Parts: sequence; C-alpha cells; structure tokens
Amino acid sequence: MKFSFASVLSNALGGNAAWPAQWRSPEPKASYDAVIVGAGGHGLATAYYMAKERGLTNVAVIEKGWLGGGNTGRNTTIIRSNYLWEESEAIYEHAMGLWQELSTELNYNVMYSARGVMMLAHDRHDVETFKRHVHANRLAGIDNEWISAGEAKAFCPPLDVSPTLRFPVVGAALQRCGGVARHDAVAWGYARAASAMGVDIVQNCAVTGIRRDPSGAVAGVETSKGFIGAKKVGVVAAGHTSTVMAMAGVRMPLESYPLQALVSEPVKPFMPCVVMSNKIHAYMSQSDKGELVIGAGTDAYTSYSQRGALHISEHTLEAICELFPAVRRLRMLRNWGGIVDVTPDRSPIIGRTPVAGLFVNCGWGTGGFKATPGSGHVFAHTLATGEPHPIAAPFSLDRFRTGRLIDEAAAAAVAH
Amino acid sequence: MLLIRCPYCDMARPELEFRYGGQAHVARPADPATLDDAAWGEFLYVRSNPRGVAAERWRHAAGCGRFFNCLRDTVSDRILATYPAGAPAPDPAAPASGSGR
Ligand SMILES: Cc1cc2nc3c(=O)[nH]c(=O)nc-3n(C[C@H](O)[C@H](O)[C@H](O)COP(=O)(O)OP(=O)(O)OC[C@H]3O[C@@H](n4cnc5c(N)ncnc54)[C@H](O)[C@@H]3O)c2cc1C
Ligand SMILES: [Zn+2]
Repeated sequence: MKFSFASVLSNALGGNAAWPAQWRSPEPKASYDAVIVGAGGHGLATAYYMAKERGLTNVAVIEKGWLGGGNTGRNTTIIRSNYLWEESEAIYEHAMGLWQELSTELNYNVMYSARGVMMLAHDRHDVETFKRHVHANRLAGIDNEWISAGEAKAFCPPLDVSPTLRFPVVGAALQRCGGVARHDAVAWGYARAASAMGVDIVQNCAVTGIRRDPSGAVAGVETSKGFIGAKKVGVVAAGHTSTVMAMAGVRMPLESYPLQALVSEPVKPFMPCVVMSNKIHAYMSQSDKGELVIGAGTDAYTSYSQRGALHISEHTLEAICELFPAVRRLRMLRNWGGIVDVTPDRSPIIGRTPVAGLFVNCGWGTGGFKATPGSGHVFAHTLATGEPHPIAAPFSLDRFRTGRLIDEAAAAAVAH
Repeated sequence: MLLIRCPYCDMARPELEFRYGGQAHVARPADPATLDDAAWGEFLYVRSNPRGVAAERWRHAAGCGRFFNCLRDTVSDRILATYPAGAPAPDPAAPASGSGR
C-alpha cells in the first residue's frame, strides 16, 4: 500500500477502518542469510538498506520487545551534524543528507523539521570551543555559524539573554539545517518499507545466545522462539550491546547509563527551534503536539534500570527555568529513561568483531538518533560485503587497540 | 538517588555526597611496557558493563574524601555491599554488610 492523497481521502471516506497493517508479523524461519539483533531505528534502517540497495531480503530483525521501543522511541529527536572531527562530520553529514528526502524515500512522513539547532555559549571557554567547531565545520562544507547573543534572542524569542543571568548567554553556534523528526515514525517507516521488501521483523523475541560453528564463526542465534540460523549476525542493541556481545564471548569498550527526558503539558507553539546548553546541561524543543521536550543528563553510574534519578531531571529543569523564564509555571507531564551505550571517545563502533560473521553497530550513546539513516546505510554495506563502508571504517572496534580514537566528548558533552 | 554507606565513615549518605569512579578491581598492569596494544587497550577501555551485580568504585567526595568499592545490582540499583578499597569483593550472595538500604 502506498500513502497518497488519494489513499488518505478514500480511507477518510471509509471512516479509516480499512487501513492495512503496516508490516507483517511473521514467525521466524529456520534460517536467514543475515540476522539483525535489535529493531531500533538503526537495526531497521540497516535491514531496509540491505534490501533496497543490496537486494538482500532473506534477512530477519529480531527484537526482544516491540520495534522502536528502545532508545529510538525514547529520545528527544535532535538532528544535527556539526561534530568536530572529519570522521564524525562524514558520518553525521551522510545522515543529514539522507534525512532531507527520507519521507519521500520511505513514503512515510517522518516529520523531519529543519527548524535549527542552537548551542549556547556562556563563557569564554564555550566561545572558543564553539568557534573552533564552526570553523572546522565550514571547512568541511557543513552548515554551522556563530551568532551573537542578540541574534540568538531574535532566533529564539523565549530565550533570556540578559547579562544578569548566573550563566549569561554570550553567543551561540547555530546549525540551521538541524532540527527534529518524529522518532516513532522513523522506526515505523523503515519497518514498513523493509517488511514490504521481504525482511522479517520478529518482535517479542529475545536473543539469548549466539551459536558458533566448530571454526568459531557465527552459526546463528538462540532466541526465545528457538534457534535461528544465520552466517551473518549484526548486533544493533544500543544499551544492551555488552550483554549480547558477551553471548559470543566478546568484551566491549562500552558502559551503559540511564539517560532521561521529560515533556511538559502541551502549550501553544512558542519554541521555534531547538536550544541546547552544554554548560548548564539543558536542552529543549517543542513537539508538534505542543509539549516541551526537555532532555536531562545521564545518571552518574552505569545501570540497566531504564529510569533516571530525580535529582538529574531537577538539575536540568533549574537550568531550563533560568534560560526560559516563561516556562517556570508549566507542569511536567511525564518522564522516562533509556539505556545508552557510551564509548570512551563518545563515537560509535561500526563494523567487524573478532568473531567471524559477527558484526556490531553500537556506541551511539546519548546521540545516535540523528545518525539513524546514515548508520543503517553504512552498516548495510558492512553486513552485505563483510567490509566496512569507507565512512564507517574509522569507527572500527579496533581503534581501541590502535589508539586512533575519535574524541567527540566536546561535541557530545550534553546528552542528545 | 542512591543511599550509599561509606565504609569508612560508617554512615549511609545520599548519592550527592559521592563521585562515581567506574568499574572496580581494574588493576593497573605492573609493567605497562611489556603489554601489547590489545592488552593495553583492554586495560584502558574495555569494561564488563554487567547487567546484574557490578563491582564499582565510589569516592566519598563531600565526606571523608576516600575511595571505596561497592557491589550494586545494575537492574534494580540495589546496593548489596560497600567495602574498603583494597579489600576483595564480598560474595554478593552472602548476607549484606554495610548495605545502603
Ligand atoms: C532520553 C534520551 C534522549 C536522547 N536524545 C537524543 C537526541 O536528541 N538526538 C539524538 O541523536 N540521539 C538521542 N538519543 C540517543 C538515541 O536515542 C540513540 O542513540 C538511538 O536511538 C539508538 O538507536 P538504536 O536503534 O541503536 O537503539 P534502540 O532503539 O535502543 O534499539 C535497540 C533494540 O535492541 C533491542 N534488544 C536489546 N537486547 C536484545 C536482545 N537480547 N534480543 C533482541 N533484541 C534486543 C532493544 O529492545 C531495542 O529495541 C537519546 C537517547 C535517550 C535515552
Ligand atoms: Zn566517608
């Protein structure tokens, strides 16, 4: 089924009772050419590009819960590509390019909205760091500009830029093509398109083991629905990657932390863009439903509890109230947490592992939603060919042996 | 917020008084120069990240200032035991001592 004006109209006339299911829910087959563990945005995008660009449709995506129910459905959806190093610029900009046409490509409205992402500078250190990023980005042809506090105020009127603030706004880095998208729609759009091409998405099916053949290579996965054979397994399990990789005896340079977000009661449109402050650790945008979407930090300690501590969100709300005095009397509607997989250099790990046939795409930590299309695209190449895509090559697991880290701690300092 | 018992002060205090110090019992290799890159990378970067009982370091930053270790279940966040740096990890199945409950 293709979404079109005609299909929307005819279904509306029929009382919207005749919409078909958007993807199949098959029982798993005995074996596949490749199995992807984790039906988050990255796993589903991987399957989609494998089918679409490589003609590989004998593929299953195995999900222990429901698709998109991990960090994909829990994130604050900020999209930007103004990272510091060439390697990161390449992969995040690759994703940025794919976002532009994604709704058309998937025939599914992912509600990508390039409303601008503004990162506030509060002191001289911030100014120097952000200007360095702006210059590096411009050399690489990536949209990012330095603006004054007055221009920041003009771009985002609810922002308080008065010099009397405890942490006054002294300027900002603005990426105008940055913005947000509808997280669920990204998962659903990729799932629908992949399923239509023959990819099996198996939900409520936890991977509990990774079976190896006598040579040590991957033979398939043990799941709560039985054994599923596959010569290639791609693990895309975000915060649970360490536990899944441990099933194959592979130890990872990852730590899993709870990261939380919260939304306010819905109000009329008043927040025109995304604003983030690394220094006082707060960021905010407004959803199309009217809720203010606010991101807090990670807890101090590793955990799989999938909820963050109250003092973490309190800290963020204090900063939000300081920057946006108009929101002080709003009530928060709900908050939640996701488990994010953090690498030592805050950059992802995409590629081969020491186990033949076992591949991994993880370590996106607090900020991988923005990369979803690009990550799936390059990982599909890796799974199809067994070789890293040129854009993904620097993000190998091996960099933690060679020492060629890609340190994005500054770009990723606020959890997003 | 966790309630953590500092084994030196012998008091259960709010998490805000402490700093997290990552995985415990990661000993610095006695002679780093003899390690190959893989072993050195493992020491620097690879972590157990268990879903279950984790041994981890904490520092009582706003108290006695000292490092100690802690066993915590990373699914429930329940603290099973805290113990001085240098002491071996207690058996998590044994009755809790110095627990922060
Ligand atoms: C609160 C919060 C805010 C965030 N804000 C932003 C933001 O503004 N911008 C941004 O770019 N990024 C943000 N992120 C990060 C972003 O959400 C993630 O980097 C990204 O969504 C990861 O996608 P994924 O598909 O790899 O993971 P997930 O969507 O988590 O998918 C992994 C899937 O693997 C499944 N799985 C795990 N173990 C198993 C198993 N044993 N068997 C089968 N399936 C398994 C899980 O159930 C899950 O569905 C945020 C994250 C959080 C938590
Ligand atoms: Zn103490």
